[in-house]
This record gives sequence, C-alpha cells and structure tokens, in this order.
Amino acid sequence: MSQAQRPLSPHLQIYKWPLTMATSILHRATGIGLAAGTIALVWWLLAAATSASAFAVAQSFWGSPIGILLLLGWSWALFYHLCNGLRHLVWDAGYGYEIKSAYTASIIVLTGSVVLTLIAWVAAFMVRG
Amino acid sequence: MAEFALPKNSKVGTGKTYPAPAGAKRVKAFKIYRWNPDDGQNPRTDTYEIDLDACGPMVLDALIKIKNEVDTTLTFRRSCREGICGSCAMNIDGKNTLACLKAIDEIKGDAKVSPLPHMEVVKDLVPDLNQIYAQYRMVEPWLKSDSPPPPDRERRQSVEERAKLDGLWECILCFCCSTSCPSYWWNGDRYLGPAVLLQAYRWLADSRDEHTGQRLDQLDDPFRLYRCHTIMNCTNTCPKGLNPAKAIGEIKQMMVARR
Repeated sequence: MSQAQRPLSPHLQIYKWPLTMATSILHRATGIGLAAGTIALVWWLLAAATSASAFAVAQSFWGSPIGILLLLGWSWALFYHLCNGLRHLVWDAGYGYEIKSAYTASIIVLTGSVVLTLIAWVAAFMVRG
Repeated sequence: MAEFALPKNSKVGTGKTYPAPAGAKRVKAFKIYRWNPDDGQNPRTDTYEIDLDACGPMVLDALIKIKNEVDTTLTFRRSCREGICGSCAMNIDGKNTLACLKAIDEIKGDAKVSPLPHMEVVKDLVPDLNQIYAQYRMVEPWLKSDSPPPPDRERRQSVEERAKLDGLWECILCFCCSTSCPSYWWNGDRYLGPAVLLQAYRWLADSRDEHTGQRLDQLDDPFRLYRCHTIMNCTNTCPKGLNPAKAIGEIKQMMVARR
C-alpha cells in the first residue's frame, strides 16, 4: 500500500467568516497600520527638525489627496484599535463572551470607530477654519 | 509564520459528478471533499446529486445514502447519529458542525462538505486527530487529589459547586471548535486550542480536584493558553452550544487572580 503524504484540509479557503472573526483580524491589521503610521509620524517630526524647506515638503505631502487619505485611514485605525482594545479589556474582566453580546460589541466597535473618526475630522477642519 | 495558502499537495481539484436518478424532483448537489491515500492524486471535489424525496433530513443521512447507493468508497466517521458521539464532525457549508445535527434544509444552494479545517487528512472526510488527542491527554483530564476519599461514600459537592461544571461536562470532544480557530490553525503545534482548554477548565472548576495550582502552572505559557485572541469562532461553531471562549477567559482570570 502506498503511503502518500497526507494533504492539509482546506481552512481559510472554505470557512465562512463570522463577524467576530473579521473584527478580530481587523484589530491586528489596524495594529500593523498604526506601526506603519508611526514611522510616517517620525518622518514628519524629522522634517520639522531638519529645515523649513524639508517641513514644507512633508506638509505638502500630508495636504495632498493621497496624504489626506492616508491620514484618514490612520486615524480610523487608531480609533478602531482603541475601541476594540476597550472591548478586549471588557473580555479580560470576564464579560461579553455570549454570542449575542460578542456580535453587538462587534457592531458597536465598527460603528464607534467610524463615528469617532468623523468627529475628529470635522473638529480638525473646524479648528483650521 | 502562518501559511495562509494550501500546500501544493493539498490543492483541491474538480472530481466526478454523479447525476441524480431520472425523475427526481427535489435535487440537491452535495460537493464533497475526496482524497484517496492510495492513488497519488491531489484532493478533489466530487459532486453527488441527491433526490431529497428519497433521503433523510440530515446531512449525515445524505452521506450514508451516498455511501450505500452511489459511491461505496466515500469515507467518513459516524456512529450515534444523534449528536452525542462527536464522530461526524466536519465542515458543512463553511462552518464546522456535526453532520447528524445539520439539517439539509438549512443549507442554501449546493451543500459543500469538507473535513475539519487545517488538519491532516487520513482519507476523504476523516482527519487525523492524534495530535489533538495528545494535547487532550496533556491536561490530564481526570480528578486529581492528594487527600483520600471518605471511606464510606464518594467525594461530595454542593449543588452550587456542581453547577459550575454545567456547560463544560457536555463537551463531546468533536473538535469542531479547535479546528474552527485561526489561532489553532496557525499555531496548533503549541497552542492547545479551545476544546482542550475547555476540558482543562472543566477540571480547574471542579471543587473536588486538588491540583489546581499544577494545572495552572502547566497552562501558564505564551502559546498553550495565550494564543487565544477571543476570535470567538469556537463558540460560534460549537454544535452543543457550549462556550469555549468563555472557559478560556475564566482560565486567564484564574491566572491573574493567583498572582
């Protein structure tokens, strides 16, 4: 009898994502996004410390459509990671493990992160005038 | 590092189609994962068209019908056909469950059936459970105590103490939960997974067990316990309605409480 090497059964390829699985991987994705964003922040600070012309380059980049889009994504990642981090705090305190509450919390975190991002951007543009 | 794609030898091809008998009115296609260790081929998906008017209501009924009447080579585990043995655990319609408890009616479109995810396949729908059993053994799932039992009766529990085991003792070790867990997919060699951790908690929660400290020592590890990121797939998928995510949360709390 030949003994072929056993295959690995399909996993991500077939599994239907529950909402909680999506919000979980988003937590990690936004965490990675925040790390990348921190490097961008360092560039901005370095530019400010280097010279007026270097700072002007950085400023014009962050003011460009691509820059604003990146900032928008970064700020949403920050608020998402914050909201979901609070949710992890609640879990660690021993609450919110029922399926229903886990789904409700997923929706609260997703909605909350979008609302907080909008508030931050509206506030930012109002302050700038 | 997690390997998201299937290895080359595991990619699933298209297999044969077995059409429904002529005159069948309610036809449902079952797309079933097949792998034969003896033919040297990659896995494939075979399609079996089944006349639902001549088939029982559950997915397991369809599988047994296929094996009896269409293709005797189809291989799967089953025993009790009433959700208490845990043998027929598999992935149906993208979610792990017991084929005997899954009504065919609940599946929209074609019924896709594959083995429990991210496991070595022995044949068709039969995954290799050796490693997960070894992990189960590691938590020493039996009563451990140093004090002798009372000479004239069993060790007693209050009603409240016994109630702490509800939601834990009902686990039938079908491993739907562990094999639904992405953390277990990527780190199954070191992370114990939801089923085994729920069992670990079953003994931690038992008032008669006197080895709580040693049990916690064994679990206090970045991988064995703490690869749980509360993804909740385990609780979402458990065919017995249990909550492994909560049990793991309880273990984490016990870890903090004893500091």
